[in-house]
Amino acid sequence: MKVVIMGCGRVGAQLAVLLDAGGHTITILDNDAYSFRRLAPTFGGTALFGNGIDAEALKRASIEEADVFVAMTQGDNRNIISAQIAKHIFNVPRVICRIYDPLRQELYDTLGLEAFSPTTIFAHLVQEKIEG
Amino acid sequence: MYIIIIGGGRVGYYLTKALLDENHEVLIIEKNAALCNTIKEEMGSICLQGDGCEAATLEEVGTGRADMFVAVTGDDEDNLVACQVAKHKFNVPCTIARIRNPQNEALFKKLGIDVTVSTTDIILEYIEKEVPTHPLTHLLTLSEQDLEIVKVRIPPAATTVNKSVRELPLPKDNKLILVISRDRKPRIPTANTVLREGDQIVALTSLETEQKLRAALTST
Repeated sequence: MKVVIMGCGRVGAQLAVLLDAGGHTITILDNDAYSFRRLAPTFGGTALFGNGIDAEALKRASIEEADVFVAMTQGDNRNIISAQIAKHIFNVPRVICRIYDPLRQELYDTLGLEAFSPTTIFAHLVQEKIEG
Repeated sequence: MYIIIIGGGRVGYYLTKALLDENHEVLIIEKNAALCNTIKEEMGSICLQGDGCEAATLEEVGTGRADMFVAVTGDDEDNLVACQVAKHKFNVPCTIARIRNPQNEALFKKLGIDVTVSTTDIILEYIEKEVPTHPLTHLLTLSEQDLEIVKVRIPPAATTVNKSVRELPLPKDNKLILVISRDRKPRIPTANTVLREGDQIVALTSLETEQKLRAALTST
């Protein structure tokens, strides 16, 4: 599959490396070139400098051919706008979006984004660990 | 009317002042505490410090009864999210967003934001009108039909000079409405109308085909 990932933070970089090792074609986008240091040396995909909330930058990342778009920056709103550009302007078949704020995540889930909230997931995870 | 404004920067500040003068009930939500205090000192307790994208904050200020919701922060993404939350969670009838990147206009419209104001486009429009050498000027946008009416000037060296309308490679669904010659005589063009240097053409086009129309009429 062709996957475009926006945001080369810890999670974004790790996801890129995992998917690349799994044989997928990966383009990872970040507006800070220094963040590409997080990519393991084995990474065989494309690392592209650019702002994922800009349609032009997304085009350069070949979003028009992408099967999946993943928004993984630190900013909820940045993730939301780029995910919606991917879904509604470029018609990417699958769009996954990280939203820390659980309320916002619920809203965008009902608006058709595949949104998940690490806050909620992690809280539940720790709760399960504690309560066994 | 009850109007909620997101962003207490310059735009939000002057907007609030003007709306208060017209006796509207106005509330600003601003993240920055210092900005918030300045507004409060000057205009009274009409500013709440908080994040206008958060449903809890919007609940607190009674967004459910707002007639209008205006997001004028400097970030397109924040304005979009604030308006979407107001629209979908609180059913505000009219949402207005400020846009910096003109490309976002189509997206915002598609996502149901009622009014978008692109400062970049507005300034560009004035430049087009003021600079006489600019070959294509936007006159009017028919947003519901995704059409626009533009004015194109035929430059002296254009390949279209002395050609008839029939010979022009016009994009699909583009229509020439009016030809105004240099002596200011307007004519309604037919297939046989011949274009002259300096003719001004009023045409119906769309955002997607606008560049093709421009090329068809002005290429050298």
